[in-house]
Amino acid sequence: MKMLEIKELKVRSKDGKDILKDFSLLIKKGEVHAIMGPNGTGKSTLSKVIMGSDDYEVIHGDILYNGTSILNLPVDERARQGIFLVNQNPVSIEGVTNSEFLKTALSSVRGENVGLYEFMKLMENAMGDLKMREDMMHRSINQDFSGGERKKNEILQMKILKPKLVILDELDSGLDVDSLKIVCENVRQYLEENPETSLLIITHYSRILEYIKPQYVHVMKDGKIVQTSDMSLALEIEKNGYDGVNSMSGNDVYE
Amino acid sequence: MEIRGLNPKNIEKISRIKKEDDWILDFRKKSYEAFLRLPMPSFGPSLKIDFDSIIYYRNSDDKLTNNWKNIGESIRDEFTNLGVLESEKYMDGMGVQYESEVIYHNMIEELKKKNVIFTSIEEGLRNYPDIAKRYFGKIVPYADNKFSALNSTVFSGGSFIYIPPHTKLDRPLQSYFRINRENMGQFERTLIIVDDDSDLHYIEGCTAPTYSTESLHAAVVEIYVGKGSKCRYTTIQNWAPNVNNLVTKRALVEEDGEMEWIDGNVGALSNMKYPACILKGDRSRGTCITISVASSNQQQDTGSRMIHLGKNTKSTILSKSIARNGGNATYRGKVDIGKNAENSEAFVKCDTLILDDLSKSDTIPTNIVENDSSFLEHEATVSRVSDENLFYLMSRGLSKEKATELIVLGFIEKFREELPMEYAVELNQLLKKNL
Repeated sequence: MKMLEIKELKVRSKDGKDILKDFSLLIKKGEVHAIMGPNGTGKSTLSKVIMGSDDYEVIHGDILYNGTSILNLPVDERARQGIFLVNQNPVSIEGVTNSEFLKTALSSVRGENVGLYEFMKLMENAMGDLKMREDMMHRSINQDFSGGERKKNEILQMKILKPKLVILDELDSGLDVDSLKIVCENVRQYLEENPETSLLIITHYSRILEYIKPQYVHVMKDGKIVQTSDMSLALEIEKNGYDGVNSMSGNDVYE
Repeated sequence: MEIRGLNPKNIEKISRIKKEDDWILDFRKKSYEAFLRLPMPSFGPSLKIDFDSIIYYRNSDDKLTNNWKNIGESIRDEFTNLGVLESEKYMDGMGVQYESEVIYHNMIEELKKKNVIFTSIEEGLRNYPDIAKRYFGKIVPYADNKFSALNSTVFSGGSFIYIPPHTKLDRPLQSYFRINRENMGQFERTLIIVDDDSDLHYIEGCTAPTYSTESLHAAVVEIYVGKGSKCRYTTIQNWAPNVNNLVTKRALVEEDGEMEWIDGNVGALSNMKYPACILKGDRSRGTCITISVASSNQQQDTGSRMIHLGKNTKSTILSKSIARNGGNATYRGKVDIGKNAENSEAFVKCDTLILDDLSKSDTIPTNIVENDSSFLEHEATVSRVSDENLFYLMSRGLSKEKATELIVLGFIEKFREELPMEYAVELNQLLKKNL
């Protein structure tokens, strides 16, 4: 069953730069994919475009989610349909508490008001799994949070909102080793408990792939996928760098 | 009974209805002369007020009572629907004014035993002339500005509160003001005296239904904070969008005293309000936390004034303004640290959130420091609801409206957290309704 299908996508930034060029990708239900590539190849743009950011214009191609185009759907509708982006640099928002925000988000994803008792139970359990301090629930979203705390907060939201397609954008940036382990363990556990969920890992380094093993590893360069293989590709990149990978070898695009 | 238009005869009529002592009638007459002499404000929104068409006095058939059963059913129902009766259980005492007269006043027995006075201004002036003559019209002089002069001329209703020395109240006292008639002017006058080493939290609420013609609310609030005493005055004005709200609020703070204004402005057509603290005593402190929400056609011209006279005095102004749908939210404030107010500190922070391109905002601070040992810090920010923040909240499933609402409520969180719980809930509802 296809979960996410990106077809010949061309994307332009607001200042007129072409960032994604003829980008195609297919992710089936329950699959874990990794997209690797050096900085500036359009990896983060890809994640934002899937989520529906206004910062970019899709000038060609399509994005299908569960077989239907989502290009015309606003961000919040995509989220309600189960797409979830773990941001590289989550913003902080003054005065809006984590719990207030997340309870509102859960109610809107479910389409009905969530009771306070049920919500608190969910939060307590999820925060325990992530080894987050309880008071963070009542603090403003990401305000004065360390890099690690922000990423944990992203995964907390994922665990509560229960999305079907999760995109991790540079999950390990700003994370110390201990936090990385905890966060990855939680993602892995989430996939085990929700076997239909698909995961797209966007990363510069292969470190995170040791914790969450992908079935497919793609290399992205200059706005498109240039090589697709399995975990061995990630190991090769780790050994020889992106320049050492022959971009012309292998199958260009996984079908 | 209704008195329309402003002239010496009508002023005497009001005084006669109230069976006032001569000194009060004299005060009204002097004030009227000052009102005629004084110019309209030279700053702020342009006000078009036809003083002759305003109803200066109107009473209902209800006499002042401490039992809701004695109040006519229709008026009682109105206050029930406003939630005023419900809120009484959170208070130590409550007063309610309808049009020009206070119709209800009640206070728990315990406070009566402590000799706390909480009554209408008329009863206060009549029954406690010694206190009244000492403080009434002294903190806000009748000729302070055109609208304090107008209030002093025709004042009717309002609260009179006296907290004896060494007295702490566990819960707030509350007054609720309601205008219910077109062209009505409400001119209540409140005098609060918190004698030495005492503590008071006073809450004021006010509403009016919307009519096609404008109404006027010109109140005066005078507060005396004795040595080592603390007074907090919390209000959220939610006047209808055709009420001009022109209010003079001022507190005089003695040694080691502390005054806090918690001032919310959501309603009104033009709103001019600058709660002030005169920090007279050494080590006295003043705080004003204020929010203003200006929607279409509304002009919120608000801020605070802190006048430092004593040594080692401290003041804090935190102002949060929101402009939307073409509204205009302006911060206008003044901090003056006088020559003798050595080692004093003042902190001013004005934040503005503009929700669309139609709306406007301005910050007009006046900061004066007249000695070398004091310092004043002023911060101002203007922001828009950022696309980044909206994207983040929406990417978790919140609609754009809901996301904006959360960001707006977050912006004024510092104000919300100062409110009693039931008021914070009411404010949330108000803001959501207007977004």
